[in-house]
Amino acid sequence: MAKALMTGNAAIGEAAIRAGCRCYFGYPITPQNELTEYMAANLSRKKGCSFIQAESEVAAINMVYGASLVGARAMTSSSSPGISLKQEGISYLAACELPAVIVNMSRGGPGLGSIVAAQSDYFQATRGGGHGDYRTIVLGPSSVQELADLTHKAFELSDKYKIPVIILGDGVLGQMMEPVEFKYEAPEELPIRSDALRGAKDRPSKYIKTFTSNPAELEEINWSLFRRYELIKKEETAYETFLTEDAELIVVAFGIAARIAKGAIRTVRASGLKVGLLRPITLWPFPSEAVKDLAKKIKNYLVFEMNMGQMLEDVQLALEGQGDISFYGRPGGVIPTPSEVSRVISRFYYQKGLK
Amino acid sequence: MNKIYSRPKSLKKAVFHYCPGCGHSIIHRLICEVIDEMDIQDKAIGVPPPGCAVFAYYYFDVDMAESAHGRGAAVATGIKRAFPESIVFTYQGDGDLAAIGTAETIHAANRRENITSIFINNAVYGMTGGQMAPTTLLGQKTTTTPYGRSDNLEGYPLKISDLVALVKGAVYVERCAVNSPANIRKTKKAIRKAFQNQIDGLGFSLVEILSPCPTNWKMTPLEAWHWIDNVMSKEFPLGVLKDTTGVKDAD
Repeated sequence: MAKALMTGNAAIGEAAIRAGCRCYFGYPITPQNELTEYMAANLSRKKGCSFIQAESEVAAINMVYGASLVGARAMTSSSSPGISLKQEGISYLAACELPAVIVNMSRGGPGLGSIVAAQSDYFQATRGGGHGDYRTIVLGPSSVQELADLTHKAFELSDKYKIPVIILGDGVLGQMMEPVEFKYEAPEELPIRSDALRGAKDRPSKYIKTFTSNPAELEEINWSLFRRYELIKKEETAYETFLTEDAELIVVAFGIAARIAKGAIRTVRASGLKVGLLRPITLWPFPSEAVKDLAKKIKNYLVFEMNMGQMLEDVQLALEGQGDISFYGRPGGVIPTPSEVSRVISRFYYQKGLK
Repeated sequence: MNKIYSRPKSLKKAVFHYCPGCGHSIIHRLICEVIDEMDIQDKAIGVPPPGCAVFAYYYFDVDMAESAHGRGAAVATGIKRAFPESIVFTYQGDGDLAAIGTAETIHAANRRENITSIFINNAVYGMTGGQMAPTTLLGQKTTTTPYGRSDNLEGYPLKISDLVALVKGAVYVERCAVNSPANIRKTKKAIRKAFQNQIDGLGFSLVEILSPCPTNWKMTPLEAWHWIDNVMSKEFPLGVLKDTTGVKDAD
């Protein structure tokens, strides 16, 4: 397919359909409505597919749970306040080891907050989000093209590891239009997971449950989940580095903030400052090893986020007291410009006495 | 010798954990008899709730998936939409369907989801120890209405089935009870019709069943049966609340 000009939200929808998504259940909230509308237009009348504008985000995620139980690729999307409501269902999906893709086009918070892009849901996304000991894979795209690519990857990872996958975007990524190329054609037949609950035909009946009155059984379930999480950490951690070879200062940023930081780094590079970028693509698992590797030769780090410092803690954990970490953040939905960030980078650069 | 009564095929050989005199075991059996008679064991998918019936999957020999509290109708919606060939039923209590799951229930009905909801009304939260349910009667003492449910503080018993009956997508709503052989037979007939409606693709069916909870009512099983007749069914009258299926009664 030739390149198309699309909003990030619509690109996710198209990529999901091409990934064999059978069911989409959503609820209106800004700034992700274009995705729900795209699915209404392009999935709702498709053979074998189902689209529902649910009565709430709670209902939508539980519909996803139902569709995943019977082996369908299913997706829901929302933005920050709505994602809070979905946490109950995400916890059940994690407990039942069911695949699902959940898109968060996050906005400023806390509370109803704003409808503008923010990155303040990093903690919620990367620490499980709901109740209980669990993780979800969290992908942090930074362009419309990457939204499309990672949406496909999200369905693949979700099925492979039987785990809910969160795509953590933001209002800017969702709303902006960019050229995008879809690398996959929609499958002829929509996939059905082989271990799904589809009636006790030619096999004994089975059940999917989370409750047990035996703590030892639940402990084993938790251990088993975390063994898989260790495997995911080993196999699926992804990140991008940019101009790190000769860098004296590394900016660590994800998503749209990394996009802004790249522009800022190009500016300061033109003035001779040796600055590079580390951009985690998987926010969970966080690329701790990549940070540790950089720390072998680079001492100075600037974490830049559109929040009050959430990924900052993962960088601190990865560095284990090594290195010199500074932080710059703009919370509440304020979107910093590349020139603002380039001034911040220059200031830190000179304050640390780097040349 | 002719065998005229035996364990339904789709009821597992397991000992019920329910209290003596509880209605759940009777209702489980009725549903399993209907599943057998309709020959749908291989395509039935049940959605049990948190609560006393959380272990329903240890008893029903059909595929089952636990729902979060109150979300049965949404989970069943997802199952049925993604796999329309299945026969999906939810099994929900009064706290589940009529309090925390009110929205999911009403909206599934309104979308005319082609699913079957079996709604157990025993006027209390059973599993958690007998707290007030939305269906608790006025004056009824529970652990959270120790002075009796008062209309000006705790509101009125909620007739959720009547609300569902008002929704256009609900095609069949009946209130039954399992407190006598005659009522048990009527309940089975209602369950059968609610499943048949789904097979015929007619829309949302709800069967409410007044069910004894002697433990939390602090009664003997026999007193509980009588209480349903003398008190509970005065507030929740038995009978068909709605039937727009246009299907002539089998009897």
